[in-house]
Amino acid sequence: MRTHLPLLTSLFGDRGTKIFFGFLLVVVFVAPLLHLAVAEGSALHLSTYTMTLLGKYMTYALLAIAVDLVWGYCGILSLGHAAFFALGGYAMGMYLMRQIGPRGVYGHPILPDFMVFLNWTELPWFWHGFDMFWFAALMVVLVPGALAFVFGWLAFRSRVTGVYLSIITQALTYALMLAFFRNNMGFGGNNGLTDFKEILGFDIHAPGTRVALFVASAIALALGYLACKYIAQSRAGRVVQAVRDAESRARFIGYRVESYKLWIFTFSAILAGIAGALYVPQVGIINPSEFQPINSIEVVIWVAVGGRGTLYGAVAGAVLVNYAKTYFTAALPEFWLYALGALFVLVTLFLPRGVVGLGERFARVRSRTVAEAVTA
Amino acid sequence: MIAAFSGKLRSFLLVLLACCGICGVAQGSDISGFAELVGKLATNNFKTKEQVVNELAQTRHPNTRAVLSALLEGALYYRKRDKRIFIGERNEDDLALVDPLTMEAAGREPAGDFTKITTNNQLRKQLKGTLAGFALSDPDAKVRLAAVHEMLRSLDDDGAALLRNNLENESDRAVREAMRTGLALADLGSGDAETRLAAVRVLEGNLSPEAFNRLSALLERGPDGAFLEPDPKVRAAAQAAVNNIKSWRNFYALVETLFFGLSLGSVLVLAAIGLAITFGVMGVINMAHGELIMLGAYTTYVMQLLMPSYIGASVLVAIPVAFIVAGGVGVLIERGIVRFLYGRPLETLLATFGVSLVLQQIVRDVFTANNRPVETPAWMAGSLQINEALSITYNRLYVILFMLIVFAILLVVLKRTTLGLKVRAVAQNRNMAKAMGVRTEWVDALTFGLGAGIAGVAGVALSQLTNVGPNLGQQYIIDSFMVVVFGGVGNLWGTLIGGMSLGVVNQVLEPYAGAVLAKIFVLIALILFIQRRPRGLFPQKGRAAEG
Repeated sequence: MRTHLPLLTSLFGDRGTKIFFGFLLVVVFVAPLLHLAVAEGSALHLSTYTMTLLGKYMTYALLAIAVDLVWGYCGILSLGHAAFFALGGYAMGMYLMRQIGPRGVYGHPILPDFMVFLNWTELPWFWHGFDMFWFAALMVVLVPGALAFVFGWLAFRSRVTGVYLSIITQALTYALMLAFFRNNMGFGGNNGLTDFKEILGFDIHAPGTRVALFVASAIALALGYLACKYIAQSRAGRVVQAVRDAESRARFIGYRVESYKLWIFTFSAILAGIAGALYVPQVGIINPSEFQPINSIEVVIWVAVGGRGTLYGAVAGAVLVNYAKTYFTAALPEFWLYALGALFVLVTLFLPRGVVGLGERFARVRSRTVAEAVTA
Repeated sequence: MIAAFSGKLRSFLLVLLACCGICGVAQGSDISGFAELVGKLATNNFKTKEQVVNELAQTRHPNTRAVLSALLEGALYYRKRDKRIFIGERNEDDLALVDPLTMEAAGREPAGDFTKITTNNQLRKQLKGTLAGFALSDPDAKVRLAAVHEMLRSLDDDGAALLRNNLENESDRAVREAMRTGLALADLGSGDAETRLAAVRVLEGNLSPEAFNRLSALLERGPDGAFLEPDPKVRAAAQAAVNNIKSWRNFYALVETLFFGLSLGSVLVLAAIGLAITFGVMGVINMAHGELIMLGAYTTYVMQLLMPSYIGASVLVAIPVAFIVAGGVGVLIERGIVRFLYGRPLETLLATFGVSLVLQQIVRDVFTANNRPVETPAWMAGSLQINEALSITYNRLYVILFMLIVFAILLVVLKRTTLGLKVRAVAQNRNMAKAMGVRTEWVDALTFGLGAGIAGVAGVALSQLTNVGPNLGQQYIIDSFMVVVFGGVGNLWGTLIGGMSLGVVNQVLEPYAGAVLAKIFVLIALILFIQRRPRGLFPQKGRAAEG
């Protein structure tokens, strides 16, 4: 018992983490209540749309944490993390497609609609097993993890760093996007996977299922956050930060830099995959546009806006930017790209530590003035 | 038969029309003899007519052809009252008359006053041969070639004999070649095995699809399993010929693929070279590079709007204008954003990405999100036909030339000017250059502007090849990065070789794998290539290399 206490206090030690968990707890308990218990039409009722939106933000926040772990702590600017997110999403989407069974438009007992449409007669080999949830869940972790492992092993071993690495991660997601757009890849081509019916036997559109997915996302977010926090504070996490600050020096001291990088990159990809798997049943569709290079870059800007290397900053950034996006794309569609572009420029120029850094500076100034007031 | 006849006739008449200009001037002195002969046509005796036609052909009078074609078409009449001959065009109950002696219009008269000069099968055959002979002895090689092609469309024995006679006198290589091919094709159907064999030999190196099809047909088996070609010697020769043609075709297909690859590579080099310069000198990745290319393409469009009646020139004018527009925007980006972020390349990448979003949206707001039509000037349209299996489109050819010119200019600027010297000094060792008195800030701004300006110029070239829309830049930016990563940073030759090889590899893979898969293969190959040469084909050497 005693050995666990320091861990808990160190995990929840900083103010940002406390605030984050406070918010998360409130949202997880209040939002479903307002959605299910408060009658529709009441001013306090949360619509299905809002619930879905909140759930979506949580998966985005998890993705942002994953990017923050590699960028903020390890200095690897990955412009391809949306690829891992989408791969996790596709793994889940394949399970959901298989769950449709004979209820598709064409009523084929096994083949999803798009395969019937392409005149395929049997299931491609890589679709086998996805009728079982445990298998799909395993793939959600394994596929992005394996890809990140192979890619990272190749890249880090030959010391591809900096902008070079950023560009080839971007090439990776670009190549995947092109591949998934092809019909004969067997992932539904342009249209992707959609028209899901149920998950684990529950109707995917039922309010109860939506709340369950929402809560699952929150739990995943909380666990992912704690895991990243734990890693960041562990010995390995310290080495990783050393690599970020002075890679050559860390190598000369005797650490195997590429192993640390590979390990953290793979873990981050798995987190992104899980985020994608939770995202797909909530939005109800996954298609190749999720692989677009701009998606990955947007994730990076969430982290930059929030403040990298803090985890809670990434969460804050993901929620803030996405809320702004939801608002602007509805209210002023043509303004959104200007706003996003300006955000990129302004944050990198004036807010290198993000909103969180701004908040901290503000807090420091205030505490100093308070202290001055006391001494005076 | 009749249909084939009239088809041929029409083309002869066309040829005729082309000669009309000459006809009017070259009125011969033997006009009386001609008139007399023509007058003799007003008879019902076919034997007489045949004789007259023969004699007419020998007069070489410029109007002979018009008269004979009219006779063949059934458009030659004589007036009942004075037996005068006219070429007439039936128009309801009237005839629009042309005097065959002067080829001038002679008014309209009721058709009832005239009798049509009739022809029979034999006479028609004679006429046809005579007329073909006229076209084949025309002084203009183009007319002769057209006549040969027309005759080959449905060649009978007489036509073949005519061609054979003319073959010896023919002076133009192309016409002779066409005649020989046509005769050989006709001979393939001959009953004599030796003739067929000789024909196959002639067709051996012929690249036209017809020769290939006819030769392959010789090798096929009929429904009863027997070969369509009974003679084994002819079959063997045909097999050899088909193989020969196939290998030549493959060769030309390869040449064409290489050419496509080189032109695609040129586009990539144009798009990437500016990126390579800024990256090489400043270690900065400009994510807005693609949008600068887009600005160049839109500049071309605007120039066309400004000078709508000089489309051909507007493209040339657009080149310097695009350089200035894109270069100006580049300098603005450098002064406004990039210079605050030196030493932080990842942040620069993000900030310039933001710029790219803004530029895209500006273009969308100004020009709408739809693709803009950029016209191709006449001097860039069309293609250069090298032979039957290979033709090269001019716009691709010009892109290669244009790239080489831009490349040469850049090379000269970087190697032979003071600015180039300073740029290279800063790229090699910034601090040392600064210590030697180089104003690095100024060099940075100019380098960035130069890279951006080249992007604008690339946009002008791209506007001639693809759609000009707000997403133009995005399509090329990743490929440009690949070229830079592959070729190595800060080395123009690396960019040239990198871009060209990526272009060629892409095009070579495309027929086997499809466009998308080819691209994916290239990307994967590149990721693997980076394993062996993490800093590209031509890595930067020296202290600055290890960042």
